[in-house]
This record gives sequence, structure tokens and C-alpha cells, in this order.
Amino acid sequence: MEALAFSDVTLELADRIILSRVSFSIEEGEFVGLLGPNGAGKTTLLRALLGLVPATTGRIRVFSGAAAGADEAIGYMPQTRSSNVGLRLSGWDFVACAAKGQRFGLPLLDRALRFDVDRAIALVDAAGLARRPLVELSGGERQRLLLAQALLGKPRLLLLDEPLLSLDLNHQKSIVSLVSELNRELGLTVLFSAHEINPLVGAIDRVLYLGNRQAAIGTVDEVITSAVLSRLYGTDIDVVRLQARVFVMAGAFEIERDEHRHDV
Amino acid sequence: MFEYEFMVNAFEAETIVAIAASLVGYFLVLRGQTFAGHALSHVGFAGATGAVLMGVSPLLGLLAATVLAGAGMGFLGERFQHRDVAIGIVLAMSLGCGLLFLHFFTAYAAQATALLFGNVLGVEAPTVLALLGLGVVTVAGLAVISRPLLFATLQPELAEAKGVSLRGVSVLFLVIVALATAASVQIVGILLVFTLMIAPAAAAQRVTIRLWPGLLLSVVLALVEAWFGLTLAFYTDWPTSFWITALGAAFYVLALIGRRGAPVHRHEHVHEHTHAHGHERHVRKQGASASPGLDKPERMPPLVEEMSAQARSLSSQNHEH
Repeated sequence: MEALAFSDVTLELADRIILSRVSFSIEEGEFVGLLGPNGAGKTTLLRALLGLVPATTGRIRVFSGAAAGADEAIGYMPQTRSSNVGLRLSGWDFVACAAKGQRFGLPLLDRALRFDVDRAIALVDAAGLARRPLVELSGGERQRLLLAQALLGKPRLLLLDEPLLSLDLNHQKSIVSLVSELNRELGLTVLFSAHEINPLVGAIDRVLYLGNRQAAIGTVDEVITSAVLSRLYGTDIDVVRLQARVFVMAGAFEIERDEHRHDV
Repeated sequence: MFEYEFMVNAFEAETIVAIAASLVGYFLVLRGQTFAGHALSHVGFAGATGAVLMGVSPLLGLLAATVLAGAGMGFLGERFQHRDVAIGIVLAMSLGCGLLFLHFFTAYAAQATALLFGNVLGVEAPTVLALLGLGVVTVAGLAVISRPLLFATLQPELAEAKGVSLRGVSVLFLVIVALATAASVQIVGILLVFTLMIAPAAAAQRVTIRLWPGLLLSVVLALVEAWFGLTLAFYTDWPTSFWITALGAAFYVLALIGRRGAPVHRHEHVHEHTHAHGHERHVRKQGASASPGLDKPERMPPLVEEMSAQARSLSSQNHEH
């Protein structure tokens, strides 16, 4: 069954065209990596799926409905700036703030919501983190709690925006394997954006690569090629494979890596 | 001491204000906006003195100024609220304006001290009623917005995606802060609002990392500060505001020392491994059906406690890779 589909979709942000007449679809249960250079529209695409950015042409369907109506079925993990607020609160309370947090009233959770919070925390293996104040958690540990927030309300589709940003290699691996496990065991469809393909190779089913207002979707071997990426970057790209690793090069520069560095 | 009417009034006023201010203060501390809150009270000084100059009640002037400033700060947004220099300049200018207004209204010097440092013993019955109104509006307002406020504070990006208006919440909250500030000024004065609003909340957040116990402790500490401060003032004849600030500082220092002495973190870290896997399997099997064991994640069965105590010595060293 189809989890989401773009047909002939154009997305604009402040009069700038981000994606132009893009079509693709993702099946239920797929783990898809979302890649592309900075500004290619990865976050915009995720926000469009949440119904926050309207399509100027074409149609976006999420579970066969309009994007704006699929809120309950989607778990979203936004790209989070490191912040200095609420650091004295426990991980549990941090996760719990997102449980129907948009409702007015007191932040009191009923039994079902408390259970949902515990469930989400257990799914990311963070019961211990939940009892510690945020101030004591590392970046990777906080990412786990953010992932738990995305799992609240039992979504069928996870949209994860750069969960690997500024994590070291070990934490990157543990996040990818955790998401991979959720994808397999709970049958969740996952769209996972990242700067670099390498941490995702082996875990993802397909890759959705954005660039130059276009998109290409397929397996890593189909998409991460000189021909496809040259089209998406609008310049000559070499793809070099070394054992299991992939290097995307423009001339002498390794593109994905260098972009990653800019952000950190 | 309750045979004096002014003491009864003072206790009533302090009780109302302590509850409202400490609840608001908890969220101010959580949001890292304590300085912004501090500045609001200074804007109130210009408002109060300006009102006196125009022949209006100082409480009204104070309210008008703090509420306007609070709403303005909320509209200017997150960036302004963390711009300490800009806020500091507004703060200083407000005090300056207040001074100018006092200069034009020379007979008012005694009242100026009361405004700056508070004069709870001078609170009369009508003021108690006004404070009750202010307190009720503050607490009710906070009760209505506290859930989205917490969401917007801890996870703004997600809250926005779920339809929470970050600016709307921020404006409403700062207006509520303004109301609580105006109420606090009646007790401890403009310069010392920090002590009733921030000190109890900051101490509470050092003692407990849970939301509700933290809110509750914040209120309890504020009440103890206020009541004991007043009692001590009655018997020593020193200013009430001094005692409240002294108690506030003392509680905060005690909370810091107490926290450092409590060896909690290591233990809890280990549970993650002994306990979490059990949870996970349990959850996946049972789906949504309620499970009594999961409602109180902090309570461990004795056996697990014992097992993890043994595991602690083994795994606490090499856990952090």
C-alpha cells in the first residue's frame, strides 16, 4: 500500500521555487533516506507532508488523504537547535510535553497518555534517560528523547529531519539502527533526512535525492551515480566507491562531507 | 501578632502573591526569561510614578505599564527576549523616567521607597481585594495556557508544527508575568520582585526534576518565605522585604548544596539497561492495554533494585563508551 505520494508537486518558499513538478511515491513500511545539498528542500518537503507548506501545483497524498489531514498518522522529529531552556526537567517530562501538548489547559496527562509516553520511551530504549535532567544528557541521548516524542500517538509514518546532525559516528550508528529496528518491528514507514549517505547505507530501502528543484528516487545503487547526481547538482559529479563507503565528489571536493562540516 | 489588622492584611496579601508569583516564576525560570521578568517590574516603576503624577492610582499605572511592556516584549519575539543589553537599557530608562516623575512630584519620596522596596505592612483591605483579583486572573490564565506554554518552551519546532502559535503563547505568558509582577510589587517592591518570583522556582528546580513536584515545591517555598519573612519582621522590626530576600537566598543555596550531596545519577543510568528491555518487550506484546507497572516508571521492584545495584559496580565504568 502507498504511504505517501507526490504527483507533479511544486513547492515554493517566499517566492523561491524549491521543488518543481516532482512526482514520486513511497510504499508503506519503506525506510527511505532523504538526501540533497543544503537548501535543496529536504525540510520543506517534510513540512509539506505535514501540511505546513502548501503545494502550488500538483497533489500531495499521505495515506491516500490530503497532507493537511494526516496529522495523527505522522510522527515528526524536527531539526532542533540546541537550546538552553528546561534543562532542569526530567527526560520523561520533556517527552511528555509533546503528548497532545497543543491543547489548552493544565499539562496533566491522563492514564492513556502517560502510558503512551512510557511506551514511546521504552521503544527508544530510554527509560534510564527519562529519569535524568536534560542538562546531563549528551546530544545523542537527547536525540533518542526527540525520537520518542515523534513516536507519541502511534504514528504510521515517521518524518525525521536530520537526526544525525552534530552526532559522532557511534551515536550516528545507534540512531540509524534504532530507527531501522522501529521500521522493521513496528512496520513504520520512515523518511529520514541526512547530509551524508554513508551512515544510512545498508539500513535504508531506497533513497530520495533532492537537488536543482528535482528529485530522484531509487536504491542507493540506482541513485548515487555520476549521471543522476550530476543532473541534481547541475555540475559534474563523480561517485567513488571504496568498499562499502560512497564518496560523492565534485572535482577534488567531497561534497556531502564538506556540507556536513559547514553546518556544524 | 494576628490581633493587628495590618498583620492580617499582610498575611493575606502575601499568601495570594506568593502563590501567583511562584507559579509564574517556575515557567520564567524554565524558559530562561528571568531577566525579562526582572525588567518588567522596572517598567512598572515608571508606570506607577507616572500615574501618581497624573493623579491616578499607582497600582493602575503599574499594571498598565507592565502589561503593555509584557505584550510588547512578546510581540518582539524570542530574539529580543534574550537580548540582555536591549532589555537592560529599557530597564534603566524606565527607572530614569520614574525618577523624573518623582522629581516633579516631590512630596512623594516616602512612597517611592515603598514602591522600590515594598511595604506589605501598609497594605489595606481594598488592596488585598485587588490582589486577590489579580492573583485569581494570573493563576487562571496560567492554568489555561500552561500546557501549550510548556510544549512551546521545551520543543518549539514541534509545537509550531502541531499548530501552537509561539508568538501568541509568548505574548499571553508575558502578560500573565506582568500581572504577577504588579501584584508582587505590592509586597516586595520593584527592585525585589526577583526574590518572590524567581528564587523559590529556581530552588525547586534544583531539588526536583519532575514538573508537578517542582511547581508544588515552588509554591511551598514561596509561602514559607513570605510567612516566615513577615513573622521575623514582626518580631525583629527589620523590613519584611529584607527577610523575604534573605530566606529566598538561603533556600536557593540550601538547594544547591543539597543537590550536590545527593548521589542519584549513576544509579539511574544503569536501570536503562536492566529495565528498558523488559519494558519494550512488554509494550510490544500488550499494545495499548494499560499496565500498572508502567505508570510509575521511577518505582522499582526491590529485586530489580538489588540486581541493578550489583550491575552498577560492573557497568558504571565502561558505560559511556
